[in-house]
Amino acid sequence: MDYILSIVILGGINMVAVLGLSIFTGFTGLFSLGHAAFVAVGAYTSAILTYYYFVNYYLALAAGAAAAGAVSLIIGAPTLRAKLRSDYFAIAVLGFGEALRVLLENLDITNGARGLPGIDSFTTLPIVAACLAGGVFVAKNFLRSRWGVACIAIREDPVAAETAGVRLFRTRLLSLVVSAVYCGLSGGLLAHFLSFIQPQMFTLVQSTQLLAAVIAGGMGSISGPLVASFVFIALPEALRVAQMWRLVAYGLLLVLIMVFRPQGLLGYSELSSLFRRGTGGKEERRS
Amino acid sequence: MNALDVENLNVHYGAVHAVQGVSFAVAEGELVAIVGSNGAGKSTIMWALSGVKERSGGAVQLFGSPLPSRPHDVVARGLALVPERRRLFSDLSVEENLVMGAYLRGDDEGTRQDRERCFQLFPVLKQRLSQRSGTLSGGEQQMLAISRALMSRPRLLLLDEPSLGLAPILVDALMDTILRIRSEGVTVLLVEQNAARALEIADRGYILDAGRFVKSGPGPELAEDPEIRRAYLGG
Repeated sequence: MDYILSIVILGGINMVAVLGLSIFTGFTGLFSLGHAAFVAVGAYTSAILTYYYFVNYYLALAAGAAAAGAVSLIIGAPTLRAKLRSDYFAIAVLGFGEALRVLLENLDITNGARGLPGIDSFTTLPIVAACLAGGVFVAKNFLRSRWGVACIAIREDPVAAETAGVRLFRTRLLSLVVSAVYCGLSGGLLAHFLSFIQPQMFTLVQSTQLLAAVIAGGMGSISGPLVASFVFIALPEALRVAQMWRLVAYGLLLVLIMVFRPQGLLGYSELSSLFRRGTGGKEERRS
Repeated sequence: MNALDVENLNVHYGAVHAVQGVSFAVAEGELVAIVGSNGAGKSTIMWALSGVKERSGGAVQLFGSPLPSRPHDVVARGLALVPERRRLFSDLSVEENLVMGAYLRGDDEGTRQDRERCFQLFPVLKQRLSQRSGTLSGGEQQMLAISRALMSRPRLLLLDEPSLGLAPILVDALMDTILRIRSEGVTVLLVEQNAARALEIADRGYILDAGRFVKSGPGPELAEDPEIRRAYLGG
């Protein structure tokens, strides 16, 4: 039971990060191969605060999220101002993420590549559930706001959005910061669940998994990526009996989704609309 | 006061000098057409005026004060562009596209009024309100593109190749609509490859070739000019 509980918690923590990336990639249309770096910033910031300075857990979580948002400005400001095309931006963030990991491996306060052991494990299922529910609530309202609408317009056509009066740089940067804050929160939850973090946990592989969940779940959907991310966490665990073949199954699942549902599991629609309309109604039109 | 005063406008794409010292003026309430063949620099002028493409030289006055350089400032000053190929937000509904057009205004009441005004111009849009804009027909898409631009309540409307890809009967309706928009007090700068149709309705016209104006004059007069008919209007 503990084993299943821990998978559910890990899945929930991952979903918080996917929710953030979904705002940036799914709704603003920019790809990132480096969002694991923001998870790392959140994890290390909050862990260092509780580990060395005995800061309150919730304050530390908030500080981790804020730190991730602040760090995203460092990479976001120059690259987004230069209007890098989406694929170039993804590479720039990839480089940034790897550089940050090397930095974490060489700092004293992060205990280098050996990682930080013995972080207090505060994170429980109710806390994760609350963060996730709060995250969904905020994301939905953000996307309905002026800023969110501007993000979606940029995804659809950046030039047309500009001529309608949207400020490209500011809006994209805001979207990046919001997504990084989600990832930072996810990192703080993760550090205080596993009670051990090391730089090796935040590599390109993690960034890719976040991005895969968003794309497989549906760009422009909130619930789709959440479902996909949970499947991607739970499936490898469920298939542990199959040993190394489970990774093959993971890859196969991704390929199948891309072949049969190139718009992602849910496309542009949400789970709730599927229940309302009966299966498939809305996104058949969208496809 | 002129709506637009362009003096010695230059635009470069890297080493390519696409617009080479173009000067023209559009008086308030006027309908001016710029015509020319493919690649003459017509769209580049439009992008430069709307702030999307950087100007590399020249002075532009919009309603008597210098034209801002960033697109959102330009829109706020009352210039709206209907871009070539429409560039709708194709996964968004007709309604959402209209709302985006009023993005900078942010007043719900005014947005509603302007929507009604668009429905008067294009009644079909009202029936399509919740339809995804990418699924509209070509003519309906053009109507939506024009409506989206009108939603910002422009004083000067720039239209880039609005007749592109439309059936001749729809082009007739389109030209009527442009005249109607002008009669409601909006100054119009029209860029067209379909030179004959554009010059017919324009107060004045300019012929653009390889980044320079080669001729200008009253629209109908240009349309009749034998030399121009031979070079740009197909005989």
